[in-house]
Amino acid sequence: MIKQKGILFDATMCVGCGECYYACKAQNENGEGKEDFLTDHLSYKSYTVVEEYEDEIYTRKMCMHCVDPTCVSVCPVGAFTKTEFGPVLYDGDKCMGCRYCMQACPHNIPRYEWQSNNPVVQKCTMCHDRIKNGEMTACAEACPAEATLFGDLEELKEIALQRIADDPDTYYPHVYGLEEAGGTHVLILSPVPFEQLGFAGNLPNEPLPELTKRALDKIPHVVSVGSVFLGGMYWLTKRKNQIAEENRMKEDENA
Amino acid sequence: MLKKILEKFTFWRGIAALILLSGVYFTYVRFVYGLGAVTNLSDEFPWGIWIGFDILCGVGLAAGGFTISAVTHIFNIEKFKPLSRPAILTAFLGYAFVALALMFDLGKPYNIWHPLIMWNPSSVMFEVAWCVMLYLTVLFLEFLSFALEKFQWQKTLTLLRKVIVPIYILGIVLSTLHQSSLGSMYLIIPQKMHPLWYSSFLPVYFYLSAIAVGFAMVIFESYTSARGMGHKIEFPLLSEISRITMAFLVITLAMRLVDIVLEGKLAFLFKPEIETFMFYIEIGIGTIVPAILLSSKKFRMDRKWLYLTSVLVVTGFILNRLNVSVTSIIYTTGDIYFPSLGEISITMSLVVVGIIVFKWLSNYFPVFEHKAEEKESLISFETPHELAPSK
Repeated sequence: MIKQKGILFDATMCVGCGECYYACKAQNENGEGKEDFLTDHLSYKSYTVVEEYEDEIYTRKMCMHCVDPTCVSVCPVGAFTKTEFGPVLYDGDKCMGCRYCMQACPHNIPRYEWQSNNPVVQKCTMCHDRIKNGEMTACAEACPAEATLFGDLEELKEIALQRIADDPDTYYPHVYGLEEAGGTHVLILSPVPFEQLGFAGNLPNEPLPELTKRALDKIPHVVSVGSVFLGGMYWLTKRKNQIAEENRMKEDENA
Repeated sequence: MLKKILEKFTFWRGIAALILLSGVYFTYVRFVYGLGAVTNLSDEFPWGIWIGFDILCGVGLAAGGFTISAVTHIFNIEKFKPLSRPAILTAFLGYAFVALALMFDLGKPYNIWHPLIMWNPSSVMFEVAWCVMLYLTVLFLEFLSFALEKFQWQKTLTLLRKVIVPIYILGIVLSTLHQSSLGSMYLIIPQKMHPLWYSSFLPVYFYLSAIAVGFAMVIFESYTSARGMGHKIEFPLLSEISRITMAFLVITLAMRLVDIVLEGKLAFLFKPEIETFMFYIEIGIGTIVPAILLSSKKFRMDRKWLYLTSVLVVTGFILNRLNVSVTSIIYTTGDIYFPSLGEISITMSLVVVGIIVFKWLSNYFPVFEHKAEEKESLISFETPHELAPSK
């Protein structure tokens, strides 16, 4: 069985050096990047960023590679796929540019080439080309502080929970990504509540695609019951009009 | 010669020409420099009024096509038949308008056909895409059934009439599906929407309000085209369908309010914020005031008031769709979107094109069964009084 891969980012260990940011830029040929990398935001050419919050806490933002991804579910042409290792990938050739993925993503990740007349969506690929050859992601390889770890998802989950258990004073007692919207392949540890670091705090634990599934499941019933009802009504009302017409003619004859 | 041209240049034609001119300019910018050059859309706010108005309202306001065809062709209520053809024509044009608007909003409009061969049945938008494509075909066939009368193609017409009932049923089923599914599109973003608009019943609200506004649009159009084009108005019929509108409006609002209470969102109705205000404006203009007016026979039997209520219902409907798609989302993203001049201009241009095509088609094809004066069909379009509201 293929082992699911994942990334663990520990904000308590991050020193805010920006190596992951530049390594990601180089790996994806996304240009030089900003000299003051802390001011950069996620964009079509920045798949990951480092952000600074109060008390010199640094955190990364990147695609969370959901277990049951919203983007995969909503894309009308199936341009997004969840690969066997865990990365969520996008195919620009299929895309028609409806941007439902951007609208629906619970983590606000997909970015668009707004200035192009042949635009595609851009986001982190968890270095799919590298990890399928057994390498680690560029950001994990570049991190000098071991704040970003790449590895088997199940192992990373254990490491994350162990760290909180070993040092409950340092960590906020929650691993972001264990449950959020059905769970993600990117796990985050933080010293403060996750809302303070700009992570969505109001996500349900249920995978979001379930919400539409419930509505879509009703379609066969609407079609079958609806057609039969309408057909029946047509026949009934037609017959009723016919009888009314016949009665009228009879009355005319009698008169 | 010049005098002749000037004669045709009325006030409304001037406005229409200006709108179209700016539309042409922004169309050029849109397709050469990309969406970012024309719209105020961003990564944080990827869907603007081209979705909220052009798509959500465009499809909803065209609902008269399936509601009237259900009443006349399935429930066989003969007296409503005169309303059927204009409603079908408007629906056909409405959906054509939506398809055209999509070409502006899609980042890669040349890939619009992809859902035909690239399937993702778990996507609501995939379902909407298929329903709209099929329904556009159905509307075309329905339109054909009276367009062919014009050309006297009896054989094709007979054939078409043999299968027209299943076609009408198909049209109603498809409309039910996609009208509701436009609401389903928002089910997946509970965390991004204001609680007063998010509901697991969004598809039901979208469907019921579309039925209500579909009838209101029939009233609105009959009245407008009676003024503008001299078609006789089917007043007693309009007055009757206004009661259907009212019923659906009141049911929808009652469901929404009960839903808000049961979901424990009652406090949001009393929160002093802009969203609460927009909610009250929406239900006030779109439901409460029209329902009060229509409940009185005096107003219902008065042309002017009936027309006014249909305008209110349509406005309230537009407000609802814009609130769902823009207001409720700004609540969570912060104040980062207002439609740009380019977005507004292109939207208005599409509306103008729609009106012009409707006028031309309804003069050319046997759409209105009772014309006030049967005479100048084609020529009349060229006369200046057409665009100006005649007294």
